[in-house]
Amino acid sequence: MSASDARLRIGFIPLADAAASVVAVDKGFAAAEGLDVELVREVSWSNVRDKLNIGLFDAAHLLAPVAIASSLGLGHVKVPIIAPLGLGMNGNAITVSPALYAAIAAAAEGNVVDPMMSARALARVVARRKTKGEEPLTFGMTFPFSTHNYQLRFWMAAGGVDPDEDVRLVVLPPPYMVDSLANGHVDGFCVGAPWSSVAVDLGIGFILHFVSEILLRAAEKVLAVRERWAQAHPDTLLRLVRAHHRAAAFIEDEANRDEVAAILAAPNRIGVAAEVIRRTLDGRIKVAADGSTRASNRYLLIGRKRAARPDPAQAAWLYGQMVRWGQAPLSAELLSAAKAVFRPDLFDAAIATQDRDEPGEPPDRIGAVAGPAFDPDDIGAHLAAWNIRRA
Amino acid sequence: MQPSLKIVIVDKNPIRAAILEDGLREAGHVHVVRVDDTSHLLARIYAIDPDVILIDLENPSRDVLEQMFQVSRAVKRPVAMFVDQSDKAATEAAVDAGVSAYIVGGLQKERIKNILDLCISRFNSFARLRDELERARTALEERKVIDRAKGILMTAKHLSEDAAYALLRKTAMNENKRIAEVAQSVVTAAELLK
Repeated sequence: MSASDARLRIGFIPLADAAASVVAVDKGFAAAEGLDVELVREVSWSNVRDKLNIGLFDAAHLLAPVAIASSLGLGHVKVPIIAPLGLGMNGNAITVSPALYAAIAAAAEGNVVDPMMSARALARVVARRKTKGEEPLTFGMTFPFSTHNYQLRFWMAAGGVDPDEDVRLVVLPPPYMVDSLANGHVDGFCVGAPWSSVAVDLGIGFILHFVSEILLRAAEKVLAVRERWAQAHPDTLLRLVRAHHRAAAFIEDEANRDEVAAILAAPNRIGVAAEVIRRTLDGRIKVAADGSTRASNRYLLIGRKRAARPDPAQAAWLYGQMVRWGQAPLSAELLSAAKAVFRPDLFDAAIATQDRDEPGEPPDRIGAVAGPAFDPDDIGAHLAAWNIRRA
Repeated sequence: MQPSLKIVIVDKNPIRAAILEDGLREAGHVHVVRVDDTSHLLARIYAIDPDVILIDLENPSRDVLEQMFQVSRAVKRPVAMFVDQSDKAATEAAVDAGVSAYIVGGLQKERIKNILDLCISRFNSFARLRDELERARTALEERKVIDRAKGILMTAKHLSEDAAYALLRKTAMNENKRIAEVAQSVVTAAELLK
């Protein structure tokens, strides 16, 4: 091991799914693997991507679609990135203003807890606004190549809303989401924890859906490294994966939750109240200002249900969304390049004892609320299932 | 003479933005507009229709600008981030200085390069200025703490000012600490014992 091997800089965005990186460092799992890691808190995904690409970071907490877009050279410089470990699955929520919530509830033919009910109701609200000549509804998401963008689009399109023609989708930095909802700049948003909870606590938002109600398994953030860095530092990479895997297991042990929440709440880490983080990890979320809560054991998966092992089917699904919405052309070559970003082989090389498969997981490993089962080898069939698409 | 470029600066720090604007004007760029980091950032930028957008990297709104890469009916002209794959050093220097540039339309690389270089040098001088101010402020505060510690020792141990300072210095050397750190311990201890 050379001296430069041991010192690493990891960039992260203060969100609940940065937990594995933060705990790996602050609880000493990285040090136990002989790694001296400096965590660098960042303010934008563009910064994380650029600093990883040019080598200012050795690894990063990164949006899964950004890792794929960077490897495919979409919208930016082409730098091959690989993901040897998943930092989180799910964890996002769709939150709407009280006015839009009331409109959707009034237009719904059933309980809006069902995402298909709410999406069809949204289509009616959108149509009515159009007839009246009102401005289209505006929704916030965090990045063009983001799970939030694709999840919002998937949900509303399933109900018959065209996300490019019928509504406006705008990029908003997560810390600005709540203000934008309060001042009417947006009518709703899809964002990661804890920002939806902040809007609910302020009484300006209703959580309409956990994204896990729309897609049972959705790869969210990955531990991302440059492919060339991984090739040059194979041993360091395996130790980094092991440290993260141990951290993920520590986080998911309910006996450790208070300690984990306290670590993450520190001002230089996520910097929000430990209580809010605890509720996020537990999947007990306040969904309305009146205090009503909804619980889900899938709200955010960090080390459970094999969420940490990268699944190329997830990469294929994300690439499928890029094609569906006109961000990428469809080709067998790009599909296999996208799948190759997720590296279960490196995960397996690092982790001696694999987690057991748990019952109740969707057979296609996606579990979408609408459409046929996803086939990671046939993006064409996935696209053909939808009327609303750009490709 | 080439037509003047329209440049937008998005910077949360008004002093740094002013320094950059001055620099650009000195270099002959007359169309420089400073934009606050507002919730209507994209709409304002579309209204100004600039050739170049400069944004500081401490700004979360950088992700908002990334939306301009997407095919959209709202965009009048194509936008690209200024990343010259052949000139890795320039990109690294910009990220290191804390600034990023986005260019609109098919501008000549050389014209942008000059603007980016100017940007990098102004951002770096601003960072140096801030460091110097910080160091000066710290030095002033440390001197105040040392003076208070000297006063406490003079009263408690009936020492002269020189002897009090010598005691602080000797303790610092023995404990391998800075004089200001030892002085702070004396002040803290004295407050606890009050």
